[in-house]
Amino acid sequence: MAGGHDQWVSGRAARRLLPEGWPSGPMPWVIAIMMFLMVLAAAAGLALGLAANSLDRSLTAQVTIQIVDANQARRDAAAARIIAGAKAVPGVARVDRVSDAAMTELLRPWLGGGLADTDLPVPAMIDIAFAPAPGNAPAAVRALAMRISPAARIDDHAQWLRPLAGLMGSLRWLAGVLVLMMAAAAAFTVVLAARAALNTHRSTIEVLHLLGSTDGQIASLFQRRIALDALTGGMVGLLLASLVIVTVGERIVAVGSDLLGTIGLPVAAWGLLALLPIAGTVLAMFAARMTILASLRRRL
Amino acid sequence: MVSADAGNIVQFDNVGLRYGSGVETLSDLNFSLAAGAFYFLTGPSGAGKSSLLRLIYLAQRPSRGVIRMFGEDVVTLPRQRMPGFRRRIGVVFQDFRLVPHLSAYENIALPLRVNGVAEADIDQPVREMLEWVGLSGRANAKPPTLSGGEQQRVAIARAVIGRPEILVADEPTGNVDPEMAERLLYLFEALNKLGTTILVATHDLHLVPRVPSAQLMRLDKGHIADPTGMLRYPPRRG
Ligand SMILES: Nc1ncnc2c1ncn2[C@@H]1O[C@H](COP(=O)(O)OP(=O)(O)O)[C@@H](O)[C@H]1O
Ligand SMILES: [Mg+2]
Repeated sequence: MAGGHDQWVSGRAARRLLPEGWPSGPMPWVIAIMMFLMVLAAAAGLALGLAANSLDRSLTAQVTIQIVDANQARRDAAAARIIAGAKAVPGVARVDRVSDAAMTELLRPWLGGGLADTDLPVPAMIDIAFAPAPGNAPAAVRALAMRISPAARIDDHAQWLRPLAGLMGSLRWLAGVLVLMMAAAAAFTVVLAARAALNTHRSTIEVLHLLGSTDGQIASLFQRRIALDALTGGMVGLLLASLVIVTVGERIVAVGSDLLGTIGLPVAAWGLLALLPIAGTVLAMFAARMTILASLRRRL
Repeated sequence: MVSADAGNIVQFDNVGLRYGSGVETLSDLNFSLAAGAFYFLTGPSGAGKSSLLRLIYLAQRPSRGVIRMFGEDVVTLPRQRMPGFRRRIGVVFQDFRLVPHLSAYENIALPLRVNGVAEADIDQPVREMLEWVGLSGRANAKPPTLSGGEQQRVAIARAVIGRPEILVADEPTGNVDPEMAERLLYLFEALNKLGTTILVATHDLHLVPRVPSAQLMRLDKGHIADPTGMLRYPPRRG
């Protein structure tokens, strides 16, 4: 253990250079509250992001085009043209005409077995599947179908789910902004705490300074204490937020909605949340160090 | 000129110090301190003794002039090189400046810790210093529980434990009885014999004859009285 310039702070004795009864004040609690809110916002953001993504995927995956026309020949001609046209649209993965036999099968529960004998016009149905990133293919297919046959009806779940997906997307951004604002507020808290600590220990700092301590040595003393405070507060905040997330998650499962069912946190997301107190501690340490170095630089 | 300064640990050239916008507290200081010598700085209260010492222990920049220490101009010294210089200077502050929540032992150990001395190499010198200043029994006492004289001795032990090249002491015997004052001077002399330059500021002229080898600087109204010119071209020791 040879003595380097910043070596001293690693010793247990050096830690005593600041009094044991460190006047932490409200900082750990403020950090705990901020971390609590930050973890909740981050969890909401992650869950919304995941849900919005899966919603988006299912929305853009597929549409079904129906052509309802009593004139069977005209119906089939339109269907054939739409199929040919859709196949040429970039971003379209697959185009399938649902066969009349399959349609009959689909409609049997409502119309009974004698469908073929009736003159009821059976709609032509075309399933169109899009590639993973279809771009504006859905819009192109829609325009194509409308142009070819005014009788075409496009069954698009996206139609009414898309605003919801949009809302989820904006909420996710809002959550991200909240996390950043919370982090900034926590950093400012640390700056204030560091300034208060510098003030409280002004005479000790003055002595250390005149004995030849480097700014780095002095900053290390303080940043260690502040980091410990931040870690304590951060862990408490994470714990409380986790309890809330688990409780709310159970409620959502109890509701049993398919839509809400997509809102849930995978293990990776939990890992990310657990990193927040660590990141917060690093941020606190950095903010404290910068504050202290800036203040020390003002003296001779 | 440079070669003539080789044996000087401190050199002041036309140094002036002004606090705020008033008159100069120190004016036209021209003197040098020879490495290894023993100096008393005397003068009435308010003459500027403490101010002069503050310039030397790098707590203050002069308003004008050049101060060289260890052969380098410290007025224009970059900030990050200051700690290295300060570690070569031992200081006994007039108001002691002990760290109140640290024991006498820990206060004395501070310069070693600042210097990055390994923990294993700290205990023995600290115990020796405690013994030297007669405070072995008070090692674990916190400064607020020590008498003024005891605090002063802790301050002295802290100033000398790092074997500084120059020791600067501001009224170091102000709070002790004459017997302890003599013992502390004896400690300074012993240190001086080991090669440390000593500068003791005191308004107590009785101390001066106790150190026969010492030279006298007199400060009055911010001016150095140096009728013999000894300070401009101080004699070498030895
Ligand atoms: N930090 C300061 N700010 C303003 N004036 C000061 C300061 N320190 C000392 N002085 C003034 O400088 C003069 C010399 O003070 P000082 O150096 O303490 O003298 P001494 O140590 O010889 O008693 C005094 O008039 C004192 O009021
Ligand atoms: Mg004084």
